[in-house]
Amino acid sequence: MEWLYILMPIAGVKIFWPGLIILGIGVGIIGGFFGMGGAWMVTPGLNILGFPMAFAIGTDIAHMAGKSLISTMRHGKFGNVDYKLGMIMLVGTVVGFEVGAQMIMWLERLGSVEKVVRVMYLILLSLIAWMVFHDVAVKKRKERELAAAGLEADKLATGVEWHKTFHKIKIPPMVHLHAAGIYCSAWLPILVSFATGWLAGILGIGGGLIRMPSLIYILGCPTHVAVGTDLFEVMISGLYGAATYTYKGRTELVAAIIMLIGASVGAQVGTVATKYIKGYGIRIVFGLAVIGCGISVALKIVPTYVPSIKTICDNTSTALILSLVAAMSVYIFVKMVQGAKQEVAAKKAALAKQAG
Amino acid sequence: MRKIWKKVIGLGAFLAMLPQMVLAAGGGPVAPMVIVADTRKLEGIMKWWGDLYNNSYVEFTVLTVVLIPLIGVVFGVLADLIMTHIGIDLKSRELAEH
Repeated sequence: MEWLYILMPIAGVKIFWPGLIILGIGVGIIGGFFGMGGAWMVTPGLNILGFPMAFAIGTDIAHMAGKSLISTMRHGKFGNVDYKLGMIMLVGTVVGFEVGAQMIMWLERLGSVEKVVRVMYLILLSLIAWMVFHDVAVKKRKERELAAAGLEADKLATGVEWHKTFHKIKIPPMVHLHAAGIYCSAWLPILVSFATGWLAGILGIGGGLIRMPSLIYILGCPTHVAVGTDLFEVMISGLYGAATYTYKGRTELVAAIIMLIGASVGAQVGTVATKYIKGYGIRIVFGLAVIGCGISVALKIVPTYVPSIKTICDNTSTALILSLVAAMSVYIFVKMVQGAKQEVAAKKAALAKQAG
Repeated sequence: MRKIWKKVIGLGAFLAMLPQMVLAAGGGPVAPMVIVADTRKLEGIMKWWGDLYNNSYVEFTVLTVVLIPLIGVVFGVLADLIMTHIGIDLKSRELAEH
């Protein structure tokens, strides 16, 4: 079975290459579907495959750049990317991230902040999960009320509508974001991206997990546009990240390419699946992913209080994340296949009707 | 003229922000240490790749930055062709929340 292993030319370790492809497919599907880079899923996967951590971040970012490029191209063709919004948000994200990163360095000089950051991350994830499921509950309640009145809900109607309050802010300049269908003060996306960038900087994460729900709940983007626009941001930062990490000698390109083979297929599957799954379907699965991520963060916090169970917690956390990636990928893949089958069958039926 | 100025200022701001983007991509500070690839066990293209890494980070970076999007686009287009062949409409979708 020697052929199943490949010697990484830079890291000098033998890696089970089908594992890299499977990991790539999984994170590709989830990334294309939710609009995130997914570093929190890739790192434990690479760890299990025996990948040296010195190369893990660079390799992850390199494959993420290629993967998000494919997803952005596809989402762009679907009309899911608001490029104007993406560019405006890029400014706020970068500035916010820098402020957050500087702040965490300042806090580190005062003392250890790792535990505080993890607890903060856990609170934030809990808040996001609550937001998603509260929104779903409100939407269901509204639907029930409309049904009782003999009416039907608009297909773009949402549960919570916090964004309408934010849209009342009319500080110039006002911008019309066509793909998102939003007319608001330019300061709103700038402030939202600054806040999400700042949080990402403090927490040391990419930010897709925070940015996507912010685009939905604060800016009022339709779910599909939030996913596409978020991926546009991940693509730009990923391409630059790939360059700088490679320049520092921290990218194992062979592994990144192997992962990209799987991720490019996965990204297409995940992106096309958004065509068949309605906005609330995406939101619910996203909420479940956030809960999974939250549990894995909690498992990292527990050993700081009970050091004797560190190994158990670490292993459970890795197993949980990888199971979550597998389960969500399978679900999205099945939904995509079912949707594609229905679409093809409908086309064939229409053609048969025309011929008849 | 105003449009050109806008573009120039935009490009300048974009270039100034580039270093922070890597952090926003999910990365972090990298410890300053030199890693050398052991190419003694490698052969062919892998040996060439390892040697390139040891000799010039610049060339290695340029090739990586070109290869990653290129491979992404190639596989993406390939997947497009397959999906179009199956009969999936890849140009439109219905925007609906439920």
